[in-house]
Amino acid sequence: MSSDFLSVEGLSKSFNPSKPVFAGVDFEIARGEFVCIIGHSGCGKTTILNVLAGLDEASSGVVIMDGREVVGPSLERGVVFQSHALMPWLSVRSNIAFAVQSKWPDWSKAEVTAQVEKFVGMVGLSQAIEKKPSELSGGMKQRVGIARAFAIQPKMLLLDEPFGALDALTRGTIQDELIQIVKATQQTVFMITHDVDEAILLADKIILMRNATEDQTGYTPGGIAEVVMNPLTGLRKRADLHHLNGYYELRNHIVDFLVGLGHSISH
Amino acid sequence: MMKSLQLKAGIVSLVVFTVFVLVWHIATLPTKTTAVNLLGMTAEQIEYQKMMGKDVGSQKTTGFPTPSQMLNTFAHQLSDPFYDNGPNDKGIAIQLGHSLLRVALGFLMACAVAVPFGFVIGMSPLLYKACDPFIQILKPISPLAWMPLALYTIKDSSVSGVFVIFICSVWPMLLNTAFGVSTVKREWLNVAKTLEVNPLRRAFLVILPAAAPTIVTGMRISMGIAWLVIVAAEMLVGGTGIGYFVWNEWNNLSLTNVIFAIVLIGLVGMLLDLMFAKFQRWVTYVE
Repeated sequence: MSSDFLSVEGLSKSFNPSKPVFAGVDFEIARGEFVCIIGHSGCGKTTILNVLAGLDEASSGVVIMDGREVVGPSLERGVVFQSHALMPWLSVRSNIAFAVQSKWPDWSKAEVTAQVEKFVGMVGLSQAIEKKPSELSGGMKQRVGIARAFAIQPKMLLLDEPFGALDALTRGTIQDELIQIVKATQQTVFMITHDVDEAILLADKIILMRNATEDQTGYTPGGIAEVVMNPLTGLRKRADLHHLNGYYELRNHIVDFLVGLGHSISH
Repeated sequence: MMKSLQLKAGIVSLVVFTVFVLVWHIATLPTKTTAVNLLGMTAEQIEYQKMMGKDVGSQKTTGFPTPSQMLNTFAHQLSDPFYDNGPNDKGIAIQLGHSLLRVALGFLMACAVAVPFGFVIGMSPLLYKACDPFIQILKPISPLAWMPLALYTIKDSSVSGVFVIFICSVWPMLLNTAFGVSTVKREWLNVAKTLEVNPLRRAFLVILPAAAPTIVTGMRISMGIAWLVIVAAEMLVGGTGIGYFVWNEWNNLSLTNVIFAIVLIGLVGMLLDLMFAKFQRWVTYVE
């Protein structure tokens, strides 16, 4: 266990003490690992991500990153928000410079500029660097959000369904970019998604979460149903992903799980 | 398309103005009040008619100034706006300057109080709730109602005028600042949190620009009210200022000067509002 970069132990969250949303959540993330979490709405995915980010507090349990307990927000964990959360009064350059200056307050102007331009270039937005977020498309805004998270060079990246609001074509392009950047930077990533194919494409490990259920036998809080290691290792590419051996077994497995869960909820 | 619309609107405005002046002109045309026939009157008879108040051959007016008289007054007042012949006879620019100075002083003082205080109560739901009853009671009080209290405590009529401007400007700014600050989007605050931004940087680089459009809207409302109130305040305290000028000219029964001052008050008010509209556009962002 000590080799794990991040470990979550016995995490639970409850708004009503007798009926926690989820309880007993344990998982580990190794350094450089890409982990996706899938589950129906309301199972507590976003809460877990916010706890990891330090924006929310768990009712019980601990999160330990790199040997230290996570107790609040930190520059060591970069967050890409679902709604991109760019400051609309700042240009792309200033939005990222704001993050860079927060991480390294002592840097000179030239150093900040260099860092900003490097990461804007990485997401292919060098031409749009002086534009305001309102002048960008949804995909470009999300790219800026990703560049901002990467620019502070965090030990870990947390992505809250970053491509949820994007059309399929844009989503594919940015997924490819994300794969390349993560590979180049050896970044550890924890990502929420609703898209099974996205999870198979990106993740080394897929965590499936189930919702809380209530029936005659009593209340069962939500939690981790299964952790699937992605067998399609190596160079996954969006274009030939569905030709790889084992792709359909994996996909069917996850979809069956999600659909089965849907049934159990409706009953 | 846009250009031609503006042109058309300009022409219609001009037409409306011309019709207005024409109607004004006709309404103030001198009328013969007595149809006394001069012919066939002896000198004694004419003398008798004069004694009866029927001035033979003279014309009676309504007393309301005609457009041409107004034009004269405009030309006369604007030809020498800076003269100063003692306390009751000063050029219009000097009077306006006094009023603008009072408004500026009161308004800046209100800014200095309302924006920081609004910031604090906007950040703290507890303080917001605690201060709300006081603000709600103080806000609807006519600023002029404070005047006796101000005169008694400050003892200086000119400074009391500034105080009245202060008290009427403070509420819209305070409420708008508190509202703007308390409704800053959660996601921007979360970004600041994950970047471990210190409170001072967060206040000036995240909350202030995010709330700026709302704050400036409050300033614009305040400035509008301040300009309305200064005229009434100066009528009350007297001495200097455009409001005093209006009252003084009423006492002089110089309606042309009163109308001249009214037009000027409108023009200056419009310019002040335009200034803040520009400022508002500068701080507004598109999401």
